[in-house]
Amino acid sequence: MSDVEILFLIIAVVTLLAALFVVTTPNLVHAALWLILTLFGVAATFVLLNATFLAVVQVVVYIGAIAVLMIFAIMLTRRVMKDSGPQTNANWGWAALLGLTLFAGLTFVLINSGAADASLPALAADVDPLVQLGQELVSPNAYVIPFELASVLLLAAMIGAIAVAWKE
Amino acid sequence: MISLSWYLIFAAALFSLGLYGVLARKNAIAILMGIELMLNAININLVAFWRYGDLANIAGQAFAVIVFAVAAAEVAVGLALVISIYRRRNTVVAEEIDLMKW
Repeated sequence: MSDVEILFLIIAVVTLLAALFVVTTPNLVHAALWLILTLFGVAATFVLLNATFLAVVQVVVYIGAIAVLMIFAIMLTRRVMKDSGPQTNANWGWAALLGLTLFAGLTFVLINSGAADASLPALAADVDPLVQLGQELVSPNAYVIPFELASVLLLAAMIGAIAVAWKE
Repeated sequence: MISLSWYLIFAAALFSLGLYGVLARKNAIAILMGIELMLNAININLVAFWRYGDLANIAGQAFAVIVFAVAAAEVAVGLALVISIYRRRNTVVAEEIDLMKW
């Protein structure tokens, strides 16, 4: 195996173990910290895929904003006495079965899909994907409308969050 | 060379773990964490298909950026709802929030 394959396997195993702890740890603060490790692993995967801008955005937005917001919410709603009991509901067995079935089914489909034969195209030396992404996100011929819609959605969500959490 | 199917199987495993978290967790904030895992799995898929497909077509990365925005919006509203419910009913357990359940 080449170096990059070993690197990918290490990142994948660490990320999946951290994700497993996110969904199984009884202590929610610990789960949020494992979530941060998972998000770092996904950022490292983006680096392996040459999507460096998305890796930076992953660290800034997911770890810098979303994970910290989660930790804030956990701290604000924590009841120390009730956090010690089991954190799964009565249907966790069915949920685990469904998750395993979905994973097995997806893996079966993927192995038979021919995705393993997809070749890795070389990055062009003269075209920077980051420049291309930036131009296409604001180009009228490409993704300016989804991009602006996402901005409006964020604004609406921000106002909605303030309105919902407002204390009368 | 890392095969495309490795990335896809990795993303499938992450998605399945997120699905388990959403279905099995009691705490509403933990359910939101499961949703985050699922959205991250989708982003890995989008970027992997961009990398192994036509590099001139940047759609995979563009939609990953939009998924980031939607995830941020979802977490902001979701956590505001959780905090509001906690203030009114003093619980964040999803099973106990059954005011609208008949």
